[in-house]
Amino acid sequence: MAEPPLSPEVLTERFGPHPAYTPPGGWLNESRHLPDQLVKTHCCFCGQQCGIQLKVRGNRVIGFEPWEEFPFNHGMLCPKGVKRYLQGGHPDRLLDPLLRTSQGFRPATWDEALDFTARRLREVQENYGKDSVAIYGGASLISEKSYLLGKFARVALGTRHIDYNGRLCMVSAGTAYKLAFGVDRSPLPWSDILKAQVVLVAGANVAECAPITTDYLWRCRDTGGKLIVVDPRMTPICRNADMYLPVRPGTDLALYLGLLHVVLRDGLERRDFIGKYTTGFAQVAESVRAWDPRTVAEKTGVPPESIERAAHLFAKAERAIALHARGVEHQSKGVENCLGLINLCLATGNIGREGAGCAMITGQGNGQGGREHGQKCDQLPGQRSINDPEARAHTAAIWGISPDEIPQAGYSAVEIMEAIHRGEIKALLSACFNPLVSLPEANFTKEALEKLEFFGVVDFFLSETAHFADVVLAGSLQEEEEGIGCTAEGRVIHIRKAVDPPGNAKGDSWIYCELAKRLGKAKYFPYQSTREIYEELRQASRGGHADYFGITYEKIDQNMGVFWPCPTLDHPGTPRLFEDGRSFHSDGKHHFVVTEWRESGDPVSAEFPIYLTTGRVVSQYLSGTQTRRIGGLVDQYPNPRLEIHPRLAEQHGIKDGDWVTIASRRAEITLQAMVVKTIRPDTVFIPYHWPGGRSANRLTHRTLDPRSKIPEFKVSACRIRIASAPPDWAQAQLAKPAAPGKGTA
Amino acid sequence: MYGYEFYVDPSRCIGCQSCVKACEECETHRGKSMINFDFIDRRGTTATAAYVCWHCAEPTCAMACPADAIKKGEDGVVQSSLKTRCIGCSNCVLACPFGIPKIFPELEQMMKCDMCYDRTSIGKRPMCATVCPSRALAFVLPEEIAQRREKATNIFYFGKQKIVTRVHMMVPAETDAVSLDVLDYMWEEAYVPVSQPE
Repeated sequence: MAEPPLSPEVLTERFGPHPAYTPPGGWLNESRHLPDQLVKTHCCFCGQQCGIQLKVRGNRVIGFEPWEEFPFNHGMLCPKGVKRYLQGGHPDRLLDPLLRTSQGFRPATWDEALDFTARRLREVQENYGKDSVAIYGGASLISEKSYLLGKFARVALGTRHIDYNGRLCMVSAGTAYKLAFGVDRSPLPWSDILKAQVVLVAGANVAECAPITTDYLWRCRDTGGKLIVVDPRMTPICRNADMYLPVRPGTDLALYLGLLHVVLRDGLERRDFIGKYTTGFAQVAESVRAWDPRTVAEKTGVPPESIERAAHLFAKAERAIALHARGVEHQSKGVENCLGLINLCLATGNIGREGAGCAMITGQGNGQGGREHGQKCDQLPGQRSINDPEARAHTAAIWGISPDEIPQAGYSAVEIMEAIHRGEIKALLSACFNPLVSLPEANFTKEALEKLEFFGVVDFFLSETAHFADVVLAGSLQEEEEGIGCTAEGRVIHIRKAVDPPGNAKGDSWIYCELAKRLGKAKYFPYQSTREIYEELRQASRGGHADYFGITYEKIDQNMGVFWPCPTLDHPGTPRLFEDGRSFHSDGKHHFVVTEWRESGDPVSAEFPIYLTTGRVVSQYLSGTQTRRIGGLVDQYPNPRLEIHPRLAEQHGIKDGDWVTIASRRAEITLQAMVVKTIRPDTVFIPYHWPGGRSANRLTHRTLDPRSKIPEFKVSACRIRIASAPPDWAQAQLAKPAAPGKGTA
Repeated sequence: MYGYEFYVDPSRCIGCQSCVKACEECETHRGKSMINFDFIDRRGTTATAAYVCWHCAEPTCAMACPADAIKKGEDGVVQSSLKTRCIGCSNCVLACPFGIPKIFPELEQMMKCDMCYDRTSIGKRPMCATVCPSRALAFVLPEEIAQRREKATNIFYFGKQKIVTRVHMMVPAETDAVSLDVLDYMWEEAYVPVSQPE
């Protein structure tokens, strides 16, 4: 309700983030002893969800051991994976439910907290209608939790408005794949990368955001494969790239139109494939006619010769793959960008074969699984459309309600925050989401949060967004409930439970069931375990595109994961979609879709002449709720820095390490400059993992892609100037003593 | 792990520092990382290098040690200094041409990479080479490394000092040895490199 009870500084002092450096008990004590068991499970810190073994002793995770047998990563881990085990015993961990008071937050009993939450949700709905309450979910949740959250919104609350933070991740890619192929999943297993002759990596900082994928690229090159990288920054993989195309932010689509233009101009398309397996080619061919290399070069900043050469490399290869990620997806034409790449793959016959195709590199831990079973505003379990009467009937039968009782599609994540801001939505229950840091235009988000009549949060740490909460329900980490996830490859994996939640914290699934009980809907939520929820999820997904019916926990264990769709218990799963020309569209064809060029929603101008693009660093994950608490990861990259080319820096008299104020049309922040030749001189870059005065998302804008509703994090306009003094946040850091226990026992 | 060798390939390094973090988890030097990690020239490039001790056939650190505290095992692995002998003088730190040994003042001891003896002795690969996401650090059989574009070498020249190491460096396929001294490329300085004292 309204503003946080105390200042962000005081709440941060009490609830963190505090950096933890050592395992429970310190380096030299408990964690040195042999573990009671090694639990084979998965990393929680990106869409690849690498296999890892957690060392468990006395209901505490005390360390990790690589899991070399797991076929995706063979023991490989990035620094986040290495240090992920430090969360369970973290001093910031919420051990009780919290209720807001004028003095901050006080621990409460579960009955008190749950009764209060249910009562307030009911009151708001009675006063303003069912849809005045919204739910935010998270793609980092195991699939059982995200399924349950979708059912909770629609059955226990009866609200239309549930959406999740995957909306900020790759929904534009999902939308594009549905348009082209009828299904939202990477069409190929990563082992296909090893077989490709050419790999085009578009807008994907693989080395930092999907580090294990680097090994696939390097091994592909060992067999003679060529690597083409498209990015406004020379990310670490560019060093070994055969071609680097330094695209201007927001102009990716023009580049793909240009590549297809050259392919068609030079007759390199595969007519037999196009004729047999696709529709819509003629219209797309017509639409690229105007995009000759010279025109594209002017738009994108990529030399015409590079466009010609890249097109020839890609089209002449027997097997080519296009990999893409947030760089192309986080744009107000994110869907078009992905379609541009898909059209290129279809025209060159690169789909449905070993070593050929296109794939999104899904970013969040369980980013794939978390979007398949009903926490998206427009979907029901099994990747079914909520508008489809058949899908509604199927789901209603599983849930034991009438199809009419399932609400219609609601608002997407950013639209929910906008509806809160204009007073249409009055209450929010948020799980695994830190919108104050992760949504665009952070000051707008702050204003919206202040307007909520009720705000409940389910989380294991007190995020910056949770500062605004009326009640915080102390939930569970990934390793504290058993369940499944689905990786970027489409491989369904088993998340084993390693420990119970500490203190009085509870499994998230228990929390939703208890809330449902208090909302008078107990009979729809009778689950005693997440395994029971999974059994229902299997049934609910049956017959949908994301069909999990044939997948059990045991089958996953036996096979090191099972790729969906897997319709029957004896089905081996489907690592490669579209093999033999299969499509998920009812006409049996892949669809070429015409894309239209548009300018960015926040165009550069005389007043704001520089492109601002945002992204991640390897040592931090999303809004940093988890990784800003892990000392080793904090030290590796403690604060966001402004990446800027020496030429642009010189024009403004900026030297490496200078404090620079970056202003957009919405706000300004002050950061230290990092002068590097690895970024275009018309562009600056800021990673987005931090809150407050360090928040890149204070600068970004709320323009959404019209179809997928993904925000345009990758393109904003800004201006820069040297700052006269370090900002308040930096002065506060300097005034603080060094963190205790750093590096030693 | 008979037959397995350690290979370092900076061209594959993506600067993630997973090795640095994982090394801290070791049983024998809890909380202390023995990995050397550098941004080569961040202003100009994203190039980074992570490396372990090269485990020289004739370790310069041991030769420079006045207390005879640094020993090489029969397996060719050069150990951390012997706690009872080490006087914390830093001679090894200054002498090592690769910059590997680290002095820990609170322990008055030099410690360094021992190629994860605790792991390799029970059939596991060294921790850094297990987790490295780009296989810039690799502990594999020579047959496997032969499939790479790059070629392995274990001969280094530092001026007139020739060093042969247990750990291999991956270099461009046409290269036979790594030279880090500009003199080696200068016409005026043509000379025959000599090895360590026989």
